[in-house]
Amino acid sequence: MRIAVCIKQVPDTETKIKLKPDQSGIEPTGVKWVINPYDEHAIEEGIKIRDSNAGSSVLVFCLGPKGRCSEALRTALAMGADEAVVIDAPEFLDTSLTGRALAAALKKEGAFDLVLTGRHAIDDNAASVGQILAGELGIPHATVISKLTLNGGVATVEREIEGGTKEIFEISLPALLAANKGLNTPRYASLPGIMKAKKKTIKEVSLNDLGVDPAKGAFRYAEFRLPPEKPAVKILAGDVKTQSHELARLLREEAKVL
Amino acid sequence: MILIFAEHSGQEFKRGTLELLTAAQQSGLETKAVVLGAEAESLAGQLGAWGVGEVYVCGDPLLKDYNPELYFSIMAAAISEAKPDYVLAASSMLGRDLFPRVAQKIGGAVASDCTELSFSGGAAVVRKPLYAGRCSARVEFQTAATKIILMRANQLPIGQPIKNTTANIRKLALSPVDLKTRIKEIVKGASEKLDLTEANIIVSGGRGMKGPEHFKLLEDLATVLGATVGASRAVVDAGWVPHSMQVGQTGKTVAPTLYIACGISGAIQHLAGMSGSKVIVAINKDPDAPIFQKATYGIVGDVFEIVPSLTEEFKKLLQ
Repeated sequence: MRIAVCIKQVPDTETKIKLKPDQSGIEPTGVKWVINPYDEHAIEEGIKIRDSNAGSSVLVFCLGPKGRCSEALRTALAMGADEAVVIDAPEFLDTSLTGRALAAALKKEGAFDLVLTGRHAIDDNAASVGQILAGELGIPHATVISKLTLNGGVATVEREIEGGTKEIFEISLPALLAANKGLNTPRYASLPGIMKAKKKTIKEVSLNDLGVDPAKGAFRYAEFRLPPEKPAVKILAGDVKTQSHELARLLREEAKVL
Repeated sequence: MILIFAEHSGQEFKRGTLELLTAAQQSGLETKAVVLGAEAESLAGQLGAWGVGEVYVCGDPLLKDYNPELYFSIMAAAISEAKPDYVLAASSMLGRDLFPRVAQKIGGAVASDCTELSFSGGAAVVRKPLYAGRCSARVEFQTAATKIILMRANQLPIGQPIKNTTANIRKLALSPVDLKTRIKEIVKGASEKLDLTEANIIVSGGRGMKGPEHFKLLEDLATVLGATVGASRAVVDAGWVPHSMQVGQTGKTVAPTLYIACGISGAIQHLAGMSGSKVIVAINKDPDAPIFQKATYGIVGDVFEIVPSLTEEFKKLLQ
């Protein structure tokens, strides 16, 4: 089985976000980059499936500035992926071009039975590239999956929607599946894994090689703003009864939400 | 022209749909809508009053539950017929799954998880949070003919139906699709309450609740308020409550009118998922807990005393 895993590198949750003076984006210096947490579940699932299906392989793809993205791919290799491809791209590339570039990069590497990715990236929460990639490849998709079983050429997946309701789909492979938390517990890279990963070559492709023009996107982000400062919290004094009474009053009379 | 994907529960339109109908009313643009599923026709009749001129409906029984392949096929057909400048839909589980694929199929643009939407001179002005709300940006569409905007629920006001008119109903037929995806089963969630992402009020519990058995206290408070109960990552990871209840960066992003955090310290992970709430109440025994920096009102004290007392107070207030 040939498995492709597409990952994105995102700023760590703890990173302080600063804006560029012209508000055209965030200041990249000082940002700590990590693999998007949901994509770690995709890598883990790929490795697990490979290990229980003899003759399988996991190729990991990452699109973005090749210097930093190679670090994410090195981590994926250290976790146990077999090969890695970096698609060198500017800091921002919109979802449609990202999907198109990934599709072209995957096609260059041959056909895949399974394409895995995370349910969304925590930076822009777009949850779009997976479905666009599946569309470009002409294969079915399922997103936000928290359970996956493979039986021959069919994947049975569970996808949780609003209200705890679960949609259970059977999908014929090849297919693209986007992982939710709960699908598995991603492993840490082992020391031997890290040593082995250091020796591997990361294949490089450019957007030009893939026939994608970064200037022809569908949208871009502009006029970045920091959230407005919150006024200081009002701490309610007194005993429990007084506090509760006062809170009820404030929610009704001041905040007008009850 | 605006085309609204009118998502519904079978009985009524979802809150997000009503918000979009209101935004479209105020846009001054011609508005059409799409309603899918067995109840499509009876629901479509309500849309004229919202100023919708034409409604595309498909009541094919195959559309009863969500199958991505059938839904993107019919939506692509509706869009190619209506040729809208904008498609508005909720950034729901269905909307988020479906519309990127639709955008790919029709060569349109899609912006999801948007939180601000208005129209100026016939053009949509859209903003969305980035980096878990640590900043936001305007979405600047480029050349695509059709721009799809997916709005988070609870972000826009809901107006009133205004017109005494009926919309034209246009029936769409589902063309045959060589299906690769089959719905095996739909397992209904146990909860009767609104989903966290749609809830107007959320009562959330963290490690300070000391154990799953104490979530009953939060349930009682939530019942009085008509709220939905959420939880922090720590208690989900500890197995006290299911992941579907998790609010935060690797859980649900919520923006209710009122968020009551009980025994939650306020890790960045959690704040990322709820800092868009309009009014935040924090109850925690630690006065230095980071949650107080985001809160509107704070009570420093024991959740086991305060929560039951609040339940009583709210009961009196709301009687």
